[in-house]
Amino acid sequence: MHPAPSIIIFTVFSGLGFGLMAYLGFDTDPLRGWNVLPYYLIAFSLSIGGLLSSLFHLGNPQRAWRALSQWRTSWLSREGVLAIVTLALNFLFGLSLFFSLDYSKNLGFVSGIFAIITVFSTAMIYAQMKTVPRWNNSGVPILFILCSLAGGAIIMGDFKLGLIGVILSTLIQLLVWVRGDKALKNSSTNISTSTGLKNLGKLRLLESPHTGENYLMKEMVFVIARKHVFKLRILSLCFLGVIPVIFLILSLSVGFLIGLAMISYFFGLLISRWLFFAEAEHVVSFYYGRG
Amino acid sequence: MTSLPRQTDKKLGLAIDLDTCVGCHACVISCKEWNTSNYGVPLSDVEPYGANPVGSFLNRVHTFEAKLEERPAQIIHFPKSCLHCEDAPCVTVCPTGASYKRTEDGIVLVNEDWCIGCGLCAWACPYGAREMDEVAGVMKKCTLCVDRIYNENIPEEDREPACVRSCPAGARHFGDFADPTSSVSKLTKERGGIDLMPEQGTKPVNKYLPPRLKNDIAQENFDVLRPLLEEHDKNISGFLSWVDKTLEKF
Repeated sequence: MHPAPSIIIFTVFSGLGFGLMAYLGFDTDPLRGWNVLPYYLIAFSLSIGGLLSSLFHLGNPQRAWRALSQWRTSWLSREGVLAIVTLALNFLFGLSLFFSLDYSKNLGFVSGIFAIITVFSTAMIYAQMKTVPRWNNSGVPILFILCSLAGGAIIMGDFKLGLIGVILSTLIQLLVWVRGDKALKNSSTNISTSTGLKNLGKLRLLESPHTGENYLMKEMVFVIARKHVFKLRILSLCFLGVIPVIFLILSLSVGFLIGLAMISYFFGLLISRWLFFAEAEHVVSFYYGRG
Repeated sequence: MTSLPRQTDKKLGLAIDLDTCVGCHACVISCKEWNTSNYGVPLSDVEPYGANPVGSFLNRVHTFEAKLEERPAQIIHFPKSCLHCEDAPCVTVCPTGASYKRTEDGIVLVNEDWCIGCGLCAWACPYGAREMDEVAGVMKKCTLCVDRIYNENIPEEDREPACVRSCPAGARHFGDFADPTSSVSKLTKERGGIDLMPEQGTKPVNKYLPPRLKNDIAQENFDVLRPLLEEHDKNISGFLSWVDKTLEKF
């Protein structure tokens, strides 16, 4: 699949924003007043920034409001509705903390839960795709949620939860790669089922429908840089797991190093998300002699 | 609404005969011609005369080669357009309700005034039947020529999809698959028509009629002209007969 920058930014940024909101909502001893303000500013900038970035992916963004209507069947629509509800809940909860009102733990809890469900629905936009076997995997929503929670904990400077989150999300990332590598083969779709010609023997594409490219090939038969996959996975593991763990442990003695852990984790996420799209094989590739 | 209808009154679709298709691409061109000037925005081309022309098409013809061991290779031309699935995954993923399946005839359509051009439906389709129009930013797909089949302003023989009307080989058949007595239903039954990617669970309405196995000339000593020539040799008479007899004397 084509790794569109707008979609990578959307999933990474909004995921981190909602992960931070989840942390703030579940915090049993939350910050108050001016102390809590910067964290909510970061959380809202990340989540709203990410959501706005997704609009750049649209052919007609001026009609984006229509996307809130089909929540009964569409994960994309659910994501939109849930994101708005989550932003509203967290705005209320954030305000109550900022003004040090008699804050409601229940409201915080609900805000956190909604933040996680929103990330889950973001992941489901991709994980629901039967046509992309690599994505059609229960590990994908778990990975998205863990990454956002780990990111939220590191931004909050929480050593313990940050460390657990980084390690868990890196392990799940590895698992998703291992399972994903077998997914296309294990899915029963192949060139025989896509053409129904298996009785005629070994099949290959003799002629493409046209000499140039088309939308389908650019969007779904993306193969550029697949040869660098291994190197990129190693890079991603370093930035996502190894370096943040080192800086997190060092931050016990030198506090500000947790910031470097965050920056590294963020780059790791970007590489991992780029790979998430670039590596994904769509079954339509069988009609184009790939896959 | 992007919920799928539980059942449609008719199941309009195509039966595509892979035994007959000669791969001329006439259906591709007539589809582009009809659909660029009728339902919805035109099917745009980008850089049509440049180095890398791209454009949206609703119907494309792929060509495959099949080879059994010890048999000659066989070429199959493979036209592909929207299969108007009963369980169309492209419809349910649509966040705006622009994609829908009609209850009356089962045709899957896009309301282009509502489409935001997110492209998710094209991702959800296993067949590559939907293409984003790069100029208008909306999703284009086969309408089964909904503006021809019910159109009382055109002659009756033209009231079928442009691809079917233009096929010089008669490889494309249009009809109602819900009616077991329709020509397409009978044809599908007789010829063992198949679904593409049945494992994807989309329940496509369009059916593909599989090609026969190609004759093996080398093994079967098969000569298509031999019987005709033998008949011809026997019946020869008149001037040619005299020439034949005279020449044999030398």
